[in-house]
Amino acid sequence: MSAPDIAKDLRERFEPGAAEPLIFELGHPGRANTYFPDGRALEEFLPASALREELPLPDNSELEVVRHFTRLSQRNFSIDTGFYPLGSCTMKYNPRVNDTMANLPGFRDLHPFAPDALAQGALGVMYDLERYLCAIFGMAQFSLNPAAGAHAELAALLIAKAYFARKGEGTQRTTVIVPDTAHGTNPASAAMVGYKVISLKSDERGRVGLGALKEVLGDDTAVCMMTNPNTLGLFEDHIKEIADAVHAAGGLMYYDGANANALMGNARPGDMGFDLMHLNTHKTFSIPHGGGGAGHGPVGVAAHLVEFLPTPVVRKDGETFALDFDRPDSIGPMRSFWSNFAHAVRALTYIRANGGNGLTKVSQLAVLNANYVRAKVRDFLHTPYDETCRHEFVASAQDLKRETGVRALDIAKALLDHGFHAPTVYFPLLVPECLMIEPTETESKETLDAFVAVLREIVETAKSDAQALLDAPVTTQVGRIDETRAARQPDLRWTLPA
Amino acid sequence: MYTPHTAADIREMLDVVGVASLDDLVRVPDSVALRTPLEVPPGLPEIELQQTISAYANRNDAVRYTSFLGAGSYRHYVPPVVPAIAMRGEFLTAYTPYQAEVSQGYLQAIYEWQSYICLLTGMDLANASVYDGATALAEGAIMAVNATGRRAILVSAAVHPNYRAVLRTYARGLELDVEELPVAAGGTTDLASLEARLADKRFAAFVVQNPNFFGAIDTPPEAARQAIEASGTVAIGVTAEAMALGALATPASWGAHIAVGEGQSFGVAMAYGGPYVGFIAANKEHMRRIPGRLVGRSLDVHGKSAYTLTLQAREQHIRREKATSNICTNQAHCALCATVYLAAVGAEGLRRCATLNVERAHALAEAVTAVPGFTRRFSAPVFNEVAIRVPLGSSAATILDALQSREILGGVNLGRWYGDLADTILMNATELTTNADIAKLSGALAAIVKEHNLVRA
Repeated sequence: MSAPDIAKDLRERFEPGAAEPLIFELGHPGRANTYFPDGRALEEFLPASALREELPLPDNSELEVVRHFTRLSQRNFSIDTGFYPLGSCTMKYNPRVNDTMANLPGFRDLHPFAPDALAQGALGVMYDLERYLCAIFGMAQFSLNPAAGAHAELAALLIAKAYFARKGEGTQRTTVIVPDTAHGTNPASAAMVGYKVISLKSDERGRVGLGALKEVLGDDTAVCMMTNPNTLGLFEDHIKEIADAVHAAGGLMYYDGANANALMGNARPGDMGFDLMHLNTHKTFSIPHGGGGAGHGPVGVAAHLVEFLPTPVVRKDGETFALDFDRPDSIGPMRSFWSNFAHAVRALTYIRANGGNGLTKVSQLAVLNANYVRAKVRDFLHTPYDETCRHEFVASAQDLKRETGVRALDIAKALLDHGFHAPTVYFPLLVPECLMIEPTETESKETLDAFVAVLREIVETAKSDAQALLDAPVTTQVGRIDETRAARQPDLRWTLPA
Repeated sequence: MYTPHTAADIREMLDVVGVASLDDLVRVPDSVALRTPLEVPPGLPEIELQQTISAYANRNDAVRYTSFLGAGSYRHYVPPVVPAIAMRGEFLTAYTPYQAEVSQGYLQAIYEWQSYICLLTGMDLANASVYDGATALAEGAIMAVNATGRRAILVSAAVHPNYRAVLRTYARGLELDVEELPVAAGGTTDLASLEARLADKRFAAFVVQNPNFFGAIDTPPEAARQAIEASGTVAIGVTAEAMALGALATPASWGAHIAVGEGQSFGVAMAYGGPYVGFIAANKEHMRRIPGRLVGRSLDVHGKSAYTLTLQAREQHIRREKATSNICTNQAHCALCATVYLAAVGAEGLRRCATLNVERAHALAEAVTAVPGFTRRFSAPVFNEVAIRVPLGSSAATILDALQSREILGGVNLGRWYGDLADTILMNATELTTNADIAKLSGALAAIVKEHNLVRA
């Protein structure tokens, strides 16, 4: 029944820096933990034809399981272990109280089909969070339904599609305008609703130019997707005029909330003229990224789009909350159940911990930290668009590459050797050899100073000993990985030995 | 909050930047500046914060009731080792493993998840996970559309109604047709018309769920398999209750080309619906069409085995509008929970647990149908859920309300989705359902029958 007995000789495993075997290479068949009582046999209840023939999973003692995964955890970078200046990802501290609250039995053990009357607390969480998001971002209503940012982006475009269909402009409005300073998912989301993408080159100031925009606007324009501040970390100061132009052409303005950490208490997408937006609460509102998900992506709309929001939304009747599924113009549900609810609890906890003034301060200090690092980095790396940035900024290693052969990628790998995570590299695409740096507000001046000092040292090393950087990283579990081999000879799973 | 800056730090940093104040630093054009404070209550110290948020949790009375709710979200035993490992900050606070050299631990865990899903479903490969079961189905359907160039999906009405609804949401975006196959009298998908409907080769995919939404074993027989193969349709097998994979025949065994499903039952909390963890597994031929992240094993520059995200040429950040999907996260942390769960329970534990689910559901069905007037709605064998018809003249809603006043959540009212099943309740039992729970339910039903005078002697 279990995986065959293929346990490896474990002597080498315990040497420092040794690889960890796969869980499938550990254990012995029959080495089971006693979580479940014994009982009757399956065959007493179900016909043999309905049953699986084998179940080739390994049996391990609980200690072995704990040791295996603890060892894996130690081969992993995280916010808890180091500075993570990954641009547009907002790797801020994830307060532990958020997790404690999300794991309260009243939340953790609540079934999604619990009757509304017996889930008033959960519905209250969703309702209150939704109201606070509206206050912070100036939208009429949010739905907490989408599971992540890209998912909310898809929801927003489905809303746009439904809106134009109802206006009788469904077949006419089929293009989406995406500036080159927007996020990478935007074109893929547009394709999922059958929209064509027009890429818009930004101007010499790194902003959307009104003239260039007007050239591509037309009666086929459905949506203009922007992020503000954009991925260069710059505030689109003509945003109001841009929104007016898009609206005059009959299109909708979409705000990608990935960079919302720069804005709280200072400016609101709703006031800038955006009709649709999404938020990555796992960025701005301190939900742990968990190694790449689960995310949480509320989608927000202005008043004229409320009826199209995905179902369900939380309705308040007097003092009672209810899940509202009866919304005939809705685009429908985006996922199995109502929301990534545990994350809604975390986001609400974070908002209540900070309060309105605290959130305003969060954004101010995020901008301060980014500008502080920028002001120091510009001494030794080229910083195109050299002006006050918002929560992040971009530097370019193009000059360095020309002089020394050291690329942004090599700088990224060298940072790993010094215990720092790399910035986002090669994005946005319009900056060659781009390093996109977002420190977040939760980092101290001393940490930022240490990061800048290491980055400076790396740039100096590039000039004296470029090869050292081309070989980096050398202190990590493994060196640079053969990506070509990974793609050409895909090994995507463990297979039972023949 | 959570900011380390002293007043002196701020002063010094502003000087370095060359700006006089924080307000000057963040200034935006007057036309868009927010002039009023945020309408959010003042911040709370942590003690009051916990009291405030706990007050919400305390109003969810449902968690104190005896529950037979299932229908896509299941109450299973979670060994404490699962959260103990998963809540380690090294896992919890990591980002997507773009820098593979410092992310080997998570990458290996996800590679193990992909392997577990392959072993459980019998398929060749699996991705790093997607949002949940419903979105896994929608993405699987898109794979089939891309593989066949056809624009219609044929789905069994016994597939979870929420999954079908999400499929329709996605289909509206891509302008695909979704058609349904009815449910036969026994509670399984009615395949009588299958061959005829597939004959014109219009359908990209045929979708069936096992166990289906009514808990019934529902796998296409050999004849259906032949019709599917002959028409070049992609067969998609849905598993909304992953625990069943510990006992039931795999999707691969009946001929599924793509297996999708929900992994919540493997150590992930019900949490009022999320986050959960969807999986997509497929035959080799679909490798370059599978959406989302994939972890592969390769070698590093020293020839050492090393893990990395791979086949990214399929993904949104490389292919942009030509990508197979716009997904850029996976449910890594939930997939980690599931991987630790599967490692801890092992083959022996999973089979034992799945068997207990079958045993408990049969005990439940036996006890409930012993109450006068309550009968099995369908005859097909079931895994851990059973559709129960309430006495003639009553309704599922009436019975469920009466149970609720006795602090019992008796199941879900199938009339919510199926007009002809307003007299039927879908009841779930798991390894956590005790004999006392079942006795409480059947005792309450007997009392309700009497009280409402439902069954004539």
